[in-house]
Amino acid sequence: MQTKKIINDGNRAVDEMLEGILAAHPRHLRSVDGSPRSIIARDGPRQGKVGLVIGGGSGHEPSFLGFVGKGLADAAAIGNVFASPPPDPILECAKAVSGGAGVLFMYGNYAGDVMNFDMAAEMAAMDDIEVRTVLSTDDVASAPIGDRHKRRGVAGNFFIFKAAGAACDRMLSFDECERIARKANDHTFTMGVALSPCSLPQTRRPNFEIGPDEMEIGMGIHGEPGIAREKLKTADEITDEMLDSILDEMAPTRGDKVAVLVNSLGSTPLMELYIMNRRVKQRLDEIGVSIHATWVGNYCTSLEMAGASISLHRLDGELQTMLDHPCDCAMFRAG
Amino acid sequence: MTTIDTVRLVAMFATIATAMSADRDRLCALDGVIGDADHGIAMELGFSAARDAVAALDAGATDPTTLLNTAAKSFLNAVGASSGPLYATAFMRGAAAVKGKTTLDDADVVALFQAMAKGIQDRGKAEPGEKTMIDAWAPAAQAAGEALASGKGLANSLEAAVQAAKAGAEATKTMVATKGRASRLGERSLGHMDPGAASAVTVIEAMRIALTD
Repeated sequence: MQTKKIINDGNRAVDEMLEGILAAHPRHLRSVDGSPRSIIARDGPRQGKVGLVIGGGSGHEPSFLGFVGKGLADAAAIGNVFASPPPDPILECAKAVSGGAGVLFMYGNYAGDVMNFDMAAEMAAMDDIEVRTVLSTDDVASAPIGDRHKRRGVAGNFFIFKAAGAACDRMLSFDECERIARKANDHTFTMGVALSPCSLPQTRRPNFEIGPDEMEIGMGIHGEPGIAREKLKTADEITDEMLDSILDEMAPTRGDKVAVLVNSLGSTPLMELYIMNRRVKQRLDEIGVSIHATWVGNYCTSLEMAGASISLHRLDGELQTMLDHPCDCAMFRAG
Repeated sequence: MTTIDTVRLVAMFATIATAMSADRDRLCALDGVIGDADHGIAMELGFSAARDAVAALDAGATDPTTLLNTAAKSFLNAVGASSGPLYATAFMRGAAAVKGKTTLDDADVVALFQAMAKGIQDRGKAEPGEKTMIDAWAPAAQAAGEALASGKGLANSLEAAVQAAKAGAEATKTMVATKGRASRLGERSLGHMDPGAASAVTVIEAMRIALTD
């Protein structure tokens, strides 16, 4: 049986969504002439500033284009659902936001994204735009800590892009922007849990099977299998299981400060996210870790998948400054 | 000796596109087990775009290199994903391998075919045994080359490639993924055919049909 979706044509879903987004956010966003999948911040890109281009597949809204705006990303390249954008729209983003100080490419660590963004970087070099790449690898479930470079980038992108965007907006050097981006990634840890599948607009078939009483810990934001299939537990038990993995690696000490993101994978409602966040607060209080800021809601979704992720971003003075730096994006504002 | 002209190559892309549309849901289902379930969509989109782009060329005034480069660019821009860069590189390398030719003889076609496999391997940085499409492409390219060298014609050489690709795709069931999205699965990827290897068989079989039937 096909899933129910409010769409016109599965093959047109991404472009029709973009039309709707540009109609809703004309003050923040525009597309590059002749390259409708290259979305640029109206305010932000400027001479002498390191440009920040993010991007990836569609289906994760508000990631990635919702984080395009002054103080955060300068541009997002938009792919098909769950598929990396090809090099051309990425290159057009780089050209549109280059201020002569270099351009940072930041995106989640997936084989397809790496190939397409690398091809775009080679093409940008031919136009005398220097590109450096920082991959996000925050998904604790996707590889052991010793293989951190193999991990996927998931909802923790929010903190990682935020730090890099602030560094760029503060007109720091290319080296400094890159260093802060890498540090933000190293300081960010995410665990997800999935309860029910999503379906692609073109197939409208569930993209994985899961029993009515099951959950999968560590499932990726495209429905990639996680680390354990278990019976559905209570919110506190699920939150504990996810936090245990994160805290194991982050190894916080009493007095440490973090920012928290409790993110819906699409259809899990705010009620459930806040129930999880209650437990996050209890657990962090118990170990004497203070919470500088918390975000709860849809930040990196997986179409209509049910489930959630928890991300912790360990702050030091520098990352706190970057997190608190104001930004004004189509779907996110801070400061 | 077969002679392949650009009209035949245009027809080849139409044959692959048709085969890929027919195979789309099977490939998505294979991908859903160990990946993100979009592989069939990407392959259908890519080859449909390539088919349309080469059909729009004036075949009489186009050489195989230009045709293959057109296919590469249209595939890439329609798809992105992983299959975009991999197949675009395949066709660009194929284009380079037959540069200067107006028609292709048996050896040219096999050279094109081998260049495609090499392009996929170089772009994806995968080695045989890592549970990727290269597990179908690499043995297929080798089998085609050996068959041609032993005096077999194009039809038999490409049929040898199809058989080698099928065996290679089948063998991915016993491999643990170390590249691409499925690599995070580790041993849970055992027992499942790699969708990229499965679609490679479809591509290679469609090429065999279009170029030799």
